[in-house]
Amino acid sequence: MYRVGVIGDRDSVLGFRALGMVVLPAEDRESVLAALEETLKEDCAVVFLTEHAAALVPDRLEQLRERRIPAIVPIPSTRGTTGLGMGQVKETVRKAVGVDILGFDRAPEGKETER
Amino acid sequence: MAEIRVNPTRMELLRLKRRLAVARRGHKLLKDKRDELMKRFLDVVRENRTRREAMETQLAAAHRGFVLARATMRPEAVEAALMMGSAPLLLDIDTMNVMSVEVPVFLPQPQDSARSDVPPYGLASTSGELDGAVGALRKAFESMIALAEAEKAAQLLADEIERTRRRVNSLEYILIPSLVGTIRSISAKLEENERGARTRLMKVKDRLVKRAVAERAAREYG
Repeated sequence: MYRVGVIGDRDSVLGFRALGMVVLPAEDRESVLAALEETLKEDCAVVFLTEHAAALVPDRLEQLRERRIPAIVPIPSTRGTTGLGMGQVKETVRKAVGVDILGFDRAPEGKETER
Repeated sequence: MAEIRVNPTRMELLRLKRRLAVARRGHKLLKDKRDELMKRFLDVVRENRTRREAMETQLAAAHRGFVLARATMRPEAVEAALMMGSAPLLLDIDTMNVMSVEVPVFLPQPQDSARSDVPPYGLASTSGELDGAVGALRKAFESMIALAEAEKAAQLLADEIERTRRRVNSLEYILIPSLVGTIRSISAKLEENERGARTRLMKVKDRLVKRAVAERAAREYG
């Protein structure tokens, strides 16, 4: 059985304790890295981490990306979204297709712009 | 294109032709795989995008709920209430096979101890706003898990597409041209040898005929 982890600043992540998730408050690079290791030890299948925290450790996230587990998912913090999560989706598309064919730059909440 | 260095013999030629046929077949198969992967990927990534948008709005709503909760209770009380924690949230993982890419499926397990809609903290010392916020967070969690699935699937598929594309390209632009080039140069060399052998034979025959003519002339007139 696996657990679910959350990493980020206190205000953004504390509420997840009420759901029974592994909550690890962390706000600087060192503590975020330590928290990531902790989630690996705790058998977390999914780790949510605030976009602010994700921005601190891009190299480590890149290393963990190819693993099937854990899935590390950036979430907006209480300060709102920085667009990092959506940017990552866009990056995935660019990697697979070669160009951004979904038109993420235009019409963020509009209909899909297919070519 | 760099040719492969082999002996220009008929046997090598046959072997290379066979290899070329295999390479072409593999190239076609990989190309089909890449196209199909791409189709699946586009579906997944669209799903990924809509789920992320949904998650962002729901989580923002939950965050607003917590702001309200902190306004109606002392912040320390909110923290204390949340610190109680609850029965651990457990996930089971299943895998789905998308074009031979193993994609995880997350199955949240029902928490047996506390009923999921009963908060883990005491209701006396907390406000209704906190309950609302936790409820909103619980709803947001569903879309977060759904997002995690789609996002991981998109990433794994993207990696596989990249690998497949690299293979297709190396077959198309390196292996196949070099095989074709080598086959051409071997058959050219073989033809050249054949022409050489033929002219040699013709020359030998010429000489023999000339000698025969001379001998006959000597016999008849000499």
